[in-house]
This record gives sequence, C-alpha cells and structure tokens, in this order.
Amino acid sequence: MKISFNDKSLQTTFEYPPESSLQEEEGEAEESEEEEQEEEEDEEEDEEGRRETPEDREVRRQLARKREVRLLRRQTKTSLEVSLLEKYPCSKFIIAIGNNAVAFVSSFIMNSGVWEEVGCAKLWNEWCRTTDTIHLSPTEAFCVFYHLKSNPSVLLCQCSCYVAEDQQFQWLEKVFGSCSRKNMQVTVLTCRHVTDYKTAESTSSLHTPFLKALKTQNFREPLCCSLLEQPNIVHDLPAAVLSYCQVWKIPAVLYLCYTDVMKLDLITVEAFKPVLSSRSLKGLVKNIPQSTEILKKLMTTNEIQSNIYT
Amino acid sequence: MFVPCGDSAPDLAGCTLLMPAVSVGNVGQLAIDLIISTLNMCKIGYFYTDCLVPMVGNNPYATAEENSTELSTNAEVYALPSRKLVALQLRSIFIKYKSKPFCEKLLSWVKSSGCAKVVVLSSSHSYHRNDLQLRSTPFRYLLSPSMQTSVQNKMQSLNWEEMEKTACIPEIDESELCVRIPGGGITKTLYDEGCSKDVPVAVLLKFVSEGDNIPDALGLVEYLNEWLQIIKPCTSVFISYFGYDKLSHTQRRKTKQIYCCTAPEVGSPQRVAPG
Repeated sequence: MKISFNDKSLQTTFEYPPESSLQEEEGEAEESEEEEQEEEEDEEEDEEGRRETPEDREVRRQLARKREVRLLRRQTKTSLEVSLLEKYPCSKFIIAIGNNAVAFVSSFIMNSGVWEEVGCAKLWNEWCRTTDTIHLSPTEAFCVFYHLKSNPSVLLCQCSCYVAEDQQFQWLEKVFGSCSRKNMQVTVLTCRHVTDYKTAESTSSLHTPFLKALKTQNFREPLCCSLLEQPNIVHDLPAAVLSYCQVWKIPAVLYLCYTDVMKLDLITVEAFKPVLSSRSLKGLVKNIPQSTEILKKLMTTNEIQSNIYT
Repeated sequence: MFVPCGDSAPDLAGCTLLMPAVSVGNVGQLAIDLIISTLNMCKIGYFYTDCLVPMVGNNPYATAEENSTELSTNAEVYALPSRKLVALQLRSIFIKYKSKPFCEKLLSWVKSSGCAKVVVLSSSHSYHRNDLQLRSTPFRYLLSPSMQTSVQNKMQSLNWEEMEKTACIPEIDESELCVRIPGGGITKTLYDEGCSKDVPVAVLLKFVSEGDNIPDALGLVEYLNEWLQIIKPCTSVFISYFGYDKLSHTQRRKTKQIYCCTAPEVGSPQRVAPG
C-alpha cells in the first residue's frame, strides 16, 4: 500500500513506506503516537527485544546502515576519514538549518565572498530520501559544508534536509568529532512555526516573523534579539548542536525565527537581518542591498505556480 | 556519559541518586523538578548520550535575571552535597531501541561513581489497576534485591504497598505473574537492570491519569519524603514553576510536552520544511 502526499509548495514528497519495509519501519510509525502509548510501546519493544531472532537483528542492522550519516567530498567522490572539524580546523562555524535560513545565508553571506565546498553530508530518512549510492546528485545535496577561501577557518553549513532524531548524534560526530573544540564559535540559524511558541500573552500581539535567541554558557557576545523565554524549547538538529556546544563548553548561539510561513518566504528570510550586526557575522557581509536583490531573485525562481486553474 | 560542568568530576560516593522515568503524566519529571527547585540544587554536570532526543531551553529553575539565561539540555545532573543527594533530570523521550542501552550506561555510571542507591520516581496508568488496587492507596514501591535487605523493614513500618504482580499476559488466566508497569516507560527496564547488575534500585510510583499532574507530583514527593525525609514540599514553589500559573489549562497541558518532544509523525507537514 502506498499513499503519496505530494505537495510541491512544501518542496517535499511524503510516502508511507511500502509493505515490504513495514516490518522494519513499524517502529517509527508507532513512535508518532501519544506519549502514554509510547511508554507502552517501549514495554512491548523490550519484550520483543527479548524474543528477537538473528533475522530481526540483521534487519535492524541493515536499517541502521541505511540510515547512517556519511560525510563525502563530492569533488573526489570519497568519504571523509575523520570528522570535518578535524580535517578543517575552525574558528567560526555558521550553520543554517531549513530552507529560509539557507536562503538567508546564501544571499547575504555566501554572496559576499568566495566559498569553497569542503564536504557534503549524505543521509537517508523518511523525509530525505537520497538514493543509496556513493555519488550524490546536485538535487540530493541537502547538507553542504563550505569554507571561506580568504579565511579557511571560517566554515559554513547549509542544511535543508531533516536530520532525524536517531541521526543527529551521528551528524554531530561526523562534523564535530567526539572531542571538545575550544577557540571556536558556533552560530546556528533556523526557523520554527509560530504555533510552537508558548506565551501567556495573546497571540494577536505577536508580530511574526520574530527572532529569539538561545546561547551556551561560554557565549559572551551581545545578542541581536531577546532570549527565548521559558517554557519554550528547541529540538531537532539545532538543539543537538547547541547541546553539544553547551556540554563541551563551546561558545554558541542559536537564532530562531518564529514564522507563520514555513516555506521559502522573503519576509521570513529578511527577519534574520539583525543577525548581520553580530560580531561573528559582521565581517562576512559586504553588500546588503545587492544581497537583498539576490534574495528576491532566489524567491522568484523558487515560486511554484500554484493556481489550479492553469 | 557523565560530563562535569567544572574541570573535575565531583565525588558522588555514598550519595542517593534520584531520577525520573519518563512516564504517564510526566509525574516523575515534575517531582524531580520540584525537588531540584525547592532544595535549590546546583547543576554539576550533564549526562551526554545518544539515547535521548536532543532538546534545549533556558533555565527552568531561574529565580532571577542572572540565572535565567543558563541553557538546559535533555539530561542534567544536580547535587546537594550537604544531604548527599544527587538528582538526574531527563527532559526528553528515548530514541527507538535506545532505552535499554541507556539503562545499562546509566547503571554502570552509578556503579563506577559509587552512589549508594538509586531512587526512580515514576507513574503508571491508573486505568490499568485491578479491583484491589482501585480500593487502595495509589502509591506503590519496588525494591531490587540489594535494597530489600536494608530497606524492606522501613517500608513495612511505613505501611507501604509493594507493587503487585499481575498476569504477564492479561487475557490469559494461567499466564505467569510478573511485575508490570504500564505507562511507566523505562521503569521496568531500570528495575530489571538493577536486579541483574546488583545495583540498589528503589522504584516509587503513583497510579495517575494524564492531565494536570502537578498534584500527583506533589503527592509522589511527599511519598518519597516519608522515607528519605529530604524536603518539605512547598506548594508556592510550583505556583511559580515555569510560569505555569500564568498559562491556561490547555497551555499547561502543552507545557508538559516540553518533557517529551514527540517524534515527528511520518507525513506530518510541520516537519517537512523546518526552515
């Protein structure tokens, strides 16, 4: 049984997994249910663990191998042997996660200098279905790393794919490595839907899009916006990166844009502009009016004709 | 693995480790929050692991402007050295198939750090109770063999009820009896690991239903307190807990979800373009 949920404006295709793989991916589907059911699932899973056969273990191993995160060099078509930051020592790391953050970084930062690609992360999950080959086609390059040619210790990551919960730790290991990195500063940019924002104030008083920040203990620079108040939390890859930095005492800041338009949107991208005045990004941005023009062009090329009458 | 906040690992020998199981109503986690904030325990480190879903937020125990900007992660360790108390707070759910490895790693850390005992605060579905359980107190305890020798008498003197064994397969009358904790998350796994690895583990749980579970958490802490005498539960602490009082009932229910960032549903549009 295959149900397809094709929505070009969301720029992703959803498919329920085919019958044959339901055995392996049954676990993931179960995980999407309520918390209390999940606790029960855990108990059942534990009981199943005890009844696990060698075939079950082999299936699980194959699934784990399929979901492995790999770092490649597209130019040479080889895998990176060590973590990215071991190969490319870094003083400044900018990570843009999600299409609006990626568009912002593309227009304002990458167009202000010459950047060279140093690696690409390849991964497979239900949202990011790259084909299982060593070669990555340009349309499957969802997570690319660059360094600035004039200052190779400045690294940038554009990640427009969803990195699943079970892959985030691997992504961190492949990029940061498992040892602590001092003398480095990390800036993460991402978006969340405004319905995730919890506040006691009336939602009509919220003017979306708006920026909020979270920083690690060692980050000492002034922030470009107010801090994210309790009880709001961040999860997914931005949270994984920030957790890593907090635990290993790396100065890091996350700028989170709450928006009501999750697809590529000019107003949402421009909401990141205050970040350009931060100490770490100031030196990287040259021509803001020109960047704004480039951004507008990016928007029009990505606009899909969604009129059902034509 | 345990990563200390400071440069050196703190000495946890002889301490009691309190920890929650991520369970129905998040009662264990709420109870641990109450203990940490009331006793003003300080953060001593992180339990950095690939077993829990990553999440971050600002300091939930902030009392002033200065400490409100501290970042909190999904698994943090707090301590009150004067009472030889250590608390591990878990703020997110387990990644599929990682709950058992987590229990193993945790208990091996408990053993290597020399903790005297582990107390797991948990909860179980109230609708799973049998007739006898419906008529009695909603609190239950469980002790691993290495705890039984030292603590069983105390439990009996407190008139506490041990968690009953029920049919392993509820529909079958002749099935074996075993301890089942529906809705308890890793509670059973932790308890089994504690039994097999000879770690002193005590489980304290309450039968609850999902909803506004703060009263359940207060009850669980009072239950714990009958035994360990660590805290005088103060309702006023909870009133300012996470700005909880300022939120409506629906928002309170949603706020509890900070503890369990549910995994994305396959096909959920919200997860499609997260930027």
